[in-house]
Amino acid sequence: MAQYVMVSTRKGLFEVKKRSKGWEIASADFLGDNVTLSLHDPRDGATYAALNHGHFGIKLHRRDRGGKWQEIACPKYPAKPEGLNDLDGWGKPVDWSTQLIWALETGGRDEPGMLWAGTMPGGLFRSRDRGDSWDLIRSLWDMPDRNKWLGGGADIPGIHSICVDPRSSKTVRVAVSCGGVWTTHDGGKSWEQNAHGMHFDQGPEGVADNPHTQDPHMMVQCAAKPDRFWVQHHCGIYRSADNARSWQEVKASPSSFGFGVVVHPKDPDTAWFVPGIKDEKRIPVAGALVVTRTRDGGKSFKALKKGLPQQHAYDVVFRHGLALDRTGKRLAMGSTTGNLWVSENQGDSWSKVSSTLPQVYAVRWA
Amino acid sequence: MAKVFFTSNLRRHVDCATAEAEGATVGEVLARIFATQERLGFYVLDEQGRLRKHMMVLIDGGRVKDRDKLTDPVAASSEIYVMQALSGG
Repeated sequence: MAQYVMVSTRKGLFEVKKRSKGWEIASADFLGDNVTLSLHDPRDGATYAALNHGHFGIKLHRRDRGGKWQEIACPKYPAKPEGLNDLDGWGKPVDWSTQLIWALETGGRDEPGMLWAGTMPGGLFRSRDRGDSWDLIRSLWDMPDRNKWLGGGADIPGIHSICVDPRSSKTVRVAVSCGGVWTTHDGGKSWEQNAHGMHFDQGPEGVADNPHTQDPHMMVQCAAKPDRFWVQHHCGIYRSADNARSWQEVKASPSSFGFGVVVHPKDPDTAWFVPGIKDEKRIPVAGALVVTRTRDGGKSFKALKKGLPQQHAYDVVFRHGLALDRTGKRLAMGSTTGNLWVSENQGDSWSKVSSTLPQVYAVRWA
Repeated sequence: MAKVFFTSNLRRHVDCATAEAEGATVGEVLARIFATQERLGFYVLDEQGRLRKHMMVLIDGGRVKDRDKLTDPVAASSEIYVMQALSGG
């Protein structure tokens, strides 16, 4: 089946397909509603959409192959134990309530129906029945180190990246803003910190390099070489070649600051980023939007700009706003100013699909 | 029995006809209605049973005071309006 792009925006979910004239918006669902993330499950053809209604809370919908959207269960936190002084790293009380579904991934190929969801305020949830019910992973939530986690771009901590290891579905790594990288090798029974080597630019020794408070903005794993990872961190770009046990920083031009990262499914040395001015401004350098690509594991980066606006462009691409298809050739990118582009040549050139979409939160290939 | 009206904006997402239920507090009244309409309940209250941040409940024209436990008393003749606050859009 031809691939298409699902675009989650502040005012609906759009499907973008290739037609005779090029890439076009083929359909719109949940128009007017705040769709924050979507997921296509290639194992059974189902599609999922996470919504964040301003008044009515977080909701999750599923569309089975050939079917219609239906609301399904939402990850919910259990009752907070009476008297528990549960504080985050800033010392603020943690509200046991789902504020955002910030990550949504399928389980392994050997786990039909299993889904993972990362949320704010930091809970990881698992469904074994295609989202009809969810369980909070208590081993991670009840871990004392969770109380070291901090809010990053948002006021509260959250899990935005989930990597299910293709070698063993029992191995799952999650990245937390701001709580580093956590790995389980036993299907969520126990966890270890894996953000060693990351650091903040400023701060006293012991704080700047504390793995428990690192802010990886996005983490991805190479499907064919799963010991290789990339992270777009708040303070730069990191790579790991040893299953996330250690991380090394690499530098990109025009900037190493950004939110999203994607890695080629077969070539772990090839990855893409969307740079911006660090850190308070968060706009493209010199008003020119570029995508940076490395093909040599971060030794060098090329700024790709053909087809992207190079004057007075103030697009920000959120962490889920850049996506690569399963062939490793097609990229899709959506921005905060409602621009959407597709590249069919690994970013060498880009075609604008729309400049009038609502604010784009996430793009995904289906 | 207290009478409960729901904002029409909820109907786009979930069935919510005007309903009547018994209860000494607004929480008890809503709990009886949500016991058979669980999905509606999760649009109005969060998983801890608290009124959602940007929702509003009026009891006989007065704003609910206890948003977390919904202990505000109601009478058998009370009219309860479940509405959106103007924040949160």
